[in-house]
Amino acid sequence: MGAARVFRILGIMIDHDVVERTIAEALRTGADFAEVYAEDKRNTSVALDDGRVEQVTSGRDRGAGIRVIKGETTGFAHTSDLTAAGLAEAARAAAVAASQGDGGVRTIALTQAPAHRPNTIVTYPEDIAKADKVALMQRVDEAARSFGSEIVQVSAGYGDSRKRVLVANSDGLLADDDVVRLLVRISAVASGDTGMQTGFQSMGRTVGWETFDDLDVEALARDAARQAIVKLKARPAPSGAMPVVIKNGTGGVLFHEACGHGLEADHVQKGASVYAGKLGELVASPLVTLVDDGTMGTEWGTLGIDDEGHTTRRNVLIEDGVLVDYMWDHIRARKEGRDPSGNGRRQSYMHLPMVRMTNTYVMNGESDPDDIVAQTEQGVYIAHLGGGSVNTATGDFVFGMNEAYLIENGEITEPLREGNLIGNGPQVLRDIDLLGNDFAMGNPGTCGKDGQGVPVGDGQPTLRVKSLTIGGTAS
Amino acid sequence: MTDLATGPSAGHADGAELLTLADRVVGQAKPGEQIEAFVSRGGDTEVRVYQGEVEHFVSAQAEGIGIRVIRDGRTGFAYAGTLEETAIAEVLAEARDNVEFGTPDEWAGLAEPDGVPVTDQSLWNDELVEYPTDRKIELAMELERLAAGADPRLRIDEANYADAHGEAAVATTTGIRQWGRENGCYVSLSTLADDGDETQTGFGFSVGRTPEALDLERAAREGADRATRLLGATKPPSKRTTVVLDPLVTAQLLSIIASTLNGEAVVKGRSLFKDRLGDEVAPAFVDLVDDPTNPLAYTATDVDGEGLAARRNPLIENGVLRQFTHNSYSARRAGTVSTGNATRGGFAGTPGVGALALSLVPGTRSQSELIADIDDGLLVQSVTGIHSGVNPISGDFSTGAAGLLIRNGTVAEPVREFTIASTLQRMLLDIAEIGGDLDWLPMRAAGVSLVIRDVTMSGS
Repeated sequence: MGAARVFRILGIMIDHDVVERTIAEALRTGADFAEVYAEDKRNTSVALDDGRVEQVTSGRDRGAGIRVIKGETTGFAHTSDLTAAGLAEAARAAAVAASQGDGGVRTIALTQAPAHRPNTIVTYPEDIAKADKVALMQRVDEAARSFGSEIVQVSAGYGDSRKRVLVANSDGLLADDDVVRLLVRISAVASGDTGMQTGFQSMGRTVGWETFDDLDVEALARDAARQAIVKLKARPAPSGAMPVVIKNGTGGVLFHEACGHGLEADHVQKGASVYAGKLGELVASPLVTLVDDGTMGTEWGTLGIDDEGHTTRRNVLIEDGVLVDYMWDHIRARKEGRDPSGNGRRQSYMHLPMVRMTNTYVMNGESDPDDIVAQTEQGVYIAHLGGGSVNTATGDFVFGMNEAYLIENGEITEPLREGNLIGNGPQVLRDIDLLGNDFAMGNPGTCGKDGQGVPVGDGQPTLRVKSLTIGGTAS
Repeated sequence: MTDLATGPSAGHADGAELLTLADRVVGQAKPGEQIEAFVSRGGDTEVRVYQGEVEHFVSAQAEGIGIRVIRDGRTGFAYAGTLEETAIAEVLAEARDNVEFGTPDEWAGLAEPDGVPVTDQSLWNDELVEYPTDRKIELAMELERLAAGADPRLRIDEANYADAHGEAAVATTTGIRQWGRENGCYVSLSTLADDGDETQTGFGFSVGRTPEALDLERAAREGADRATRLLGATKPPSKRTTVVLDPLVTAQLLSIIASTLNGEAVVKGRSLFKDRLGDEVAPAFVDLVDDPTNPLAYTATDVDGEGLAARRNPLIENGVLRQFTHNSYSARRAGTVSTGNATRGGFAGTPGVGALALSLVPGTRSQSELIADIDDGLLVQSVTGIHSGVNPISGDFSTGAAGLLIRNGTVAEPVREFTIASTLQRMLLDIAEIGGDLDWLPMRAAGVSLVIRDVTMSGS
């Protein structure tokens, strides 16, 4: 690898020796560590609402973030100027931010890591005509509207992006990635005597346009319409604690909130997680094995490398109910003297990386999902969960139920209006008393932490929680 | 110019540079083409302190352009996070190409100057520009020290100082030409309180247009109070009760109410108030006003996201629904005029509609006077999951909550891990009293203590 090598993979085109010189510049004030993260992202989106293609949008974001660590202090600066001069200026700004002191000169030699691609892209979305993307949304709109006369409004969105990434650091690491994402979202409004209700569906993949060969977007649209119509007959949700059954592939957000965030090493090291100091302890029902896996085929949270250049991995966090590991980024792993786990992520080149989840899921149990419902005398069945949030220090979390039903005498009966559920993470993990054998991944999610959003996936088999508080209005 | 100045930079005092860039794009319009160019530039600084050391120091600059093209009722849009000349040419070409795929819409079009005078706002302070870096670090350290000393049970998760500055220009073929800039700063704090095995969390903050305006003591005190007051909290039994919302919680509720009064939701049939102009939607003592010309609001602005003058709009008067918020598109479609409520999330998006500085007209009594009238109730000090359990289309309202029970006119023991639920329609009608403690917050709605009857509390 000669000094004249140019990184064309990015369309970013930064000379190898410019990257090395930038890192050397960033180290000039005596820093322990310096990193260059460069990205070039192009995206296209189609917004269809109210029966019209309102807008096709094209976007381009390109730039580099420079991180410098000295002692316990991290300095960070970014630039959209990817010339040698622009990068050097950002490197100096980051170095000054990390330290006012003066150190020596350190040179570094980069070694290119072999490319790690968890999946293969057949057709890049940039090679598909915009007209085809628009037509896809028109099919979605038509499918949702024709599902029932109660449907009065449909909004459909398509988005694709291709992000090329280069990461290099003063440990000699040099890695790159080329991430493609496709997202489809449908929301439907139904109107009836009881007012309006909404339904929602989405899909997200980290592969190319070929994903639509075997993915039925019209079925997704019909499902969004069905949800909205079903809810027109919904009665107020109950109020109080009761058993809750969560359908497969719809409730991974429960684990994302109930324990995922609490297993992020930054919260753990600051003593701001209920799971701090609990390695080796039984923290969940022995039925539960929880995994965070950035390598999962085409899933929404899948990456070749994390945003610190480390190859993603499959990390078992809870095994048969026992806490076996946390998730790590560079800083937290370095402090602990261990390898990072491929969980250092950032929203864009303008953001500092931190510990984040990728695809987080609970592995299969042994129960038949129908038996789980049949064994539940009275309770609530959740067919579609909404978003949620958690306080990692207390473990208290909430999440919304977008589609839910009463369970009466072991059978799913009437639909319920929307509401939040509330619980405490460690308690809920212990209260999982039935786990199905029908594992499925759920809808694509965007996880927010400290003001940054990153794409994540989740999944679980059908399961029952012995007791959760339903935040409805009916007594 | 809050809405335009979302990008973070010091910039030039007259905006000539950004306006010239925008003008140059607009000047390329072909016959029959409407073009809008939105250009922004800015920067921010963030210092995080942990245990007396700087944990990170971020210094960021960003700039970009968004171009909207409308032809024959079709809209196309493109943006780029750079102001390089070649990139701008590419953005304009992309936006034009995207026009081809839009569905013709008879109401599509850019805003046009409406003659409403702009209320000048003083949103820029040179003092903040010149504020030295070491003083910024010192403010975060001082905040951490103040909070750590407030209570022996307290740990500080992080203490932050941040500031941001930005300038933006918008120009259109319809004659809009505006530039503005804004800067501001804040300190914030995240706290943990321990008692035996139990840990609770809190936060505190203070916002100002200059560092001198920051109230570190209040931020530290609130950060300590919020974490320690929940120690020993239990899960309450389920029941229907009267709630008093803390000002911050009321502001969150008003933000949701605002989305039901959004003109775009109305014209697209997604508002539960769509056919209800002129109806009584709240008791007669309730007045809800959106007024971004009020300099006390942190979101005060001179012009909206389309470059029209920001203005005072009464939405609910004497309990009667009077008007919705509109940008130029939703107004045209509704057969009315823009209320100056175009919102803009930066150069990467086109204008939406929303309240800019919403507030209930306050009553006269303090929170403790409101509580003194309640035999059995709940003071709600925080809510969670407001975006997962509230549906502004159906009106269903359900959020996680924490606070203090109210017994015989005074606050009693702390409670947590429960929800409060009703519907948005009912909550407005069930307002029993508005407090006198109006508090402007760094969000698009102001806080005030609010008493609401007949809310379901779901616990054990």
